[in-house]
Amino acid sequence: MIKFTNVFKAFPKGGLGLKDVSFHVAKGEFVFLTGHSGAGKSTVLKLIYADEPVTSGEVRVSGFNVAEISRREIPKLRRRLGIVFQDFRLLEDRTAEENVAFALEVTGAKSATIPARVMRVLTQVGLAAKARAYPPELSGGEQQRVAIARALVNEPTVLLADEPTGNLDDRATRGVFQLLRDINASGTAVLMATHDLDLVRQAPYRVIELRDGAVVFDSAVDEAKDQAAGT
Amino acid sequence: MKLIFREALLTFRRAPLLSALSVTTIAFSLFVIGLFGLVAVNLQQALRQVGERVEVVAYLLPGTPIETVTQSMKDIEAFPEVQSANYVTEDQALARARAELVEFHDVLQELEHNPLPASIEVNLKPGFRDADHASQVADRLKGFGFVDDVRFGRDWVEKLDWLRRIAAAVGLVVGAAFAIVAVIIIGTTIRMTVLQRSREIKIMRLVGATDGFIRRPFLLQGALKGLLGGLVAIALSFAACLAINRWLIEAAFFSREQALGIIGFGTLIGLFGSSTSVGRHLRRV
Repeated sequence: MIKFTNVFKAFPKGGLGLKDVSFHVAKGEFVFLTGHSGAGKSTVLKLIYADEPVTSGEVRVSGFNVAEISRREIPKLRRRLGIVFQDFRLLEDRTAEENVAFALEVTGAKSATIPARVMRVLTQVGLAAKARAYPPELSGGEQQRVAIARALVNEPTVLLADEPTGNLDDRATRGVFQLLRDINASGTAVLMATHDLDLVRQAPYRVIELRDGAVVFDSAVDEAKDQAAGT
Repeated sequence: MKLIFREALLTFRRAPLLSALSVTTIAFSLFVIGLFGLVAVNLQQALRQVGERVEVVAYLLPGTPIETVTQSMKDIEAFPEVQSANYVTEDQALARARAELVEFHDVLQELEHNPLPASIEVNLKPGFRDADHASQVADRLKGFGFVDDVRFGRDWVEKLDWLRRIAAAVGLVVGAAFAIVAVIIIGTTIRMTVLQRSREIKIMRLVGATDGFIRRPFLLQGALKGLLGGLVAIALSFAACLAINRWLIEAAFFSREQALGIIGFGTLIGLFGSSTSVGRHLRRV
């Protein structure tokens, strides 16, 4: 699904974003990407959705070789992914349903099928009643749900979430996190970058920790090692 | 296609002030070109009218038989440069002199015999009304045995040629300068629109929009703004022309083709400006 092999990322203005990062996220898996600010969490996600070029190493996502992806292929890759951000990134002058519909329209989906698909996904995130509301009329948690609905409407195989609860209060955080868990339970892999350790402790999911651009802990690998050492 | 139209028109609704500003900027830039165009059109017309007076006159030897003249006039009218040839008899020449030279009225009345020669007045076709062609026609006319002398006012025809060349050069340079300035101003205005929507473009790309999908509404919107700007510019030029006619001098307006040309130019600049602005922006995000 997502495979990083010896990935390095250097920024044009100097500085190393990622150092020899390798990991693999399997189909349907839920993975936390943790670490302090500047550890490289967002950089990992940006490499996955081809917002930043890979300096060296191999990044494979849903059959795409992202390190060598052409500009024309990038939209195709992104349509296979759902992306959610801390700041929601909604179009403020469009209603919730228009924001979600927009993600379908750009893919050239048949216009007759769009309203039903939009309503289905808004219902899934619990916002069907506020379909006609504009983002400024919604709470932070609700806006993030619209963003998640937009990410889900193209039925992605992977959902990338970059600090999705970073701007939310505790109650909204719990709601959004539960929604992500439900989405994962229905078969979509979720890679969630967060520095909220309370959230990480709440669920028995795999954790990959980054520090200064390098993977310093991967629960899948380290727990396997521990088990091997214990036997 | 419906989606492209919807997205293009949405911008007018979402950012009415900026859209109005773009259309106004395009309109005024084109209006300046329009005013310059009006000057050029009227100057060209004035030069054409003066050019119509370029005429080669062949004075005939006394006693040339009318049959010879009539026969030769057919040959002269067949010259590729010649539009028409007109035979003026000695009597007609004298009558014309009496009518036109009123200050010599007494002298002309007292003449015992007519001193004026008969002549053939040769008018040239448009495009041949310059010193070179007039001179070639004059040389050929001199070849007729009954022609005594040929005149075509070489000095003023040469001056007219020079005026035409100056007008063409100044028109080309100033017109090109105005057009370049208009392209820069319009391009900058459209770039502002693109920058205003940069966040939206970024989001569009994140949800998987292709460059073409993002670009098309901008192109349509740019072309529409150019078209509207062009229409406003023509309306302003027309108003200016009416004002000039009313208070200054009689001035001609653009032909339908010229007006459509200005509107088309506006549309093209709008399209081109949007294409480069959005293209440059897309390469950066």
